[in-house]
Amino acid sequence: MAMLETKNLGISFGGLRAVDEFNLTVERGQLYGLIGPNGAGKTTVFNLLTGVYAPTTGGFFLEGKSLAGKTPLEINRCGIARTFQNIRLFKEMSVIDNVKVGLHNAANYSIFDGLFMLPRYAREEKELQTRARELLDVFGLDGERDYLASNLPYGKQRKLEIARALATSPKLLLLDEPAAGMNPQETAELMETICFVRDHFDMTILLIEHDMKLVSGICEQVTVLNFGTTLAQGQTAEVLADPRVVRAYLGE
Amino acid sequence: MQTFISTLIDGLSLGSLYALVALGYSMVYGIAKMLNFAHGDVIMVGIYVLFVALGAMGTSPLMLTIAALIMIVFCALLGFTIEKLAYKPLRAASPLSVLITAIGVSYLLQNLALLIFGSRQQKVPTYFHLGSIYIGGVQIELLSLLILAVTIVVMILLSIFINKTKLGSAMLAVSEDKGAAQLMGINVNATISLTFVIGSALAGVGALLYAAKMPWVGPYTGSVFGIKAFAAAVFGGIGSIPGAMIGGVLIGIIEAMMNVFLPDVLSNASDGFAYLVLIIMLVIKPTGLLGRKHVEKV
Repeated sequence: MAMLETKNLGISFGGLRAVDEFNLTVERGQLYGLIGPNGAGKTTVFNLLTGVYAPTTGGFFLEGKSLAGKTPLEINRCGIARTFQNIRLFKEMSVIDNVKVGLHNAANYSIFDGLFMLPRYAREEKELQTRARELLDVFGLDGERDYLASNLPYGKQRKLEIARALATSPKLLLLDEPAAGMNPQETAELMETICFVRDHFDMTILLIEHDMKLVSGICEQVTVLNFGTTLAQGQTAEVLADPRVVRAYLGE
Repeated sequence: MQTFISTLIDGLSLGSLYALVALGYSMVYGIAKMLNFAHGDVIMVGIYVLFVALGAMGTSPLMLTIAALIMIVFCALLGFTIEKLAYKPLRAASPLSVLITAIGVSYLLQNLALLIFGSRQQKVPTYFHLGSIYIGGVQIELLSLLILAVTIVVMILLSIFINKTKLGSAMLAVSEDKGAAQLMGINVNATISLTFVIGSALAGVGALLYAAKMPWVGPYTGSVFGIKAFAAAVFGGIGSIPGAMIGGVLIGIIEAMMNVFLPDVLSNASDGFAYLVLIIMLVIKPTGLLGRKHVEKV
């Protein structure tokens, strides 16, 4: 069964069909790219897949389970986590606390355990601390765990966002322009990190990206969106060579 | 000097009361981004519950404990219900609609009290029979020390809760970015409800201590006190929890000092002077003592 399947997914805002008849199948363990010119509807697709918007037509399925119309919270708990195009970390919280917020669903103690520091609380929090540090370590952020998130350099904030999303133990990870604003060296590092995350966490990843080097470097398949409709779909190299795709990006 | 110290302690205990109530305003503002003007009236309801419960059961230590627990739970439930019925349906509405609703809830509670108990101030039976002690010639009311001690314990528990537990960090996350918090698996509605429950329970503790100090209750007792506590929250930097604590204590001390040290002609207007300090402070630092300014990068 496919990890993610969308069927004729669509949404209109007033008379504008922002996304129309969107069909996509992402297999388990795949690294899938979603590309297209600015305003094509890529982030809208992410917003549909995470419950920020409810689709007006069609639906989508995570491992066969229909998730259309569920709230962002429910969808996250079913196993979809994401990052944001404009970084949305909890800036006033420490780096490790950002990750812990994601981990907290796994913690199992009551208000009273926490308030009076009972053994169960200590045990669970210690466990969380260990897991959070392991995650930060993967992204080379363990040394900065007590910094405020807003004090991290840009590239590391992007990494922290991925770490925070992974902390919610998703099955499918959505990355919205992970390389935006990065220099070539940071992008190269990011590509390694993304591949590592896929292998290490056995993750399925769907990502939006404008950096074609990143897309052609790590994505096995891509879908191209243009004005809300699907322009092309398939193996990355073939799709990127498609004259229609080139035209959509560069014009006639 | 002796007057100064006893006034300081008086101010500290008054300020602790403000702080307990200011926390409710500040937490709700920080997390739900709204001013809950009905918060002061929760205290009034709390004192009435205490008044009725003590009247029915007497003021023996056991009965007092039971009455106090009933009252605090009642306040917490009241806060929960107000949020559920009045504010939650307006989650997507403009802040002004929510503000007006909050004022409406405030009037509703006051008028319910007016309907049930009449406009006359009622005397709450004395329940803390505490005298005073002398330390180095300074007379100190034990009640003031009790209020101070209870407040400090409550604040410590609250700080542990906010900074060290998962629900606390969920509250911090929601206060920063509801949308992102929700996508990270945080139940935003439950977190906001919890904030109201905690804030209202603190108001309940405030009511218990307030009525021990000033044992009269009328329909408007809460709103007058509440507005000052709100001012304290703004003074400390609304949205900031340590800010509410410090703001409350400072407003209390300023008010007590003004009462004692201003010349008689002016001391009647001590409230006005307390607000004057607030205004000057806000002119100098518009975000309040510990409030943070968010600079948007462009």
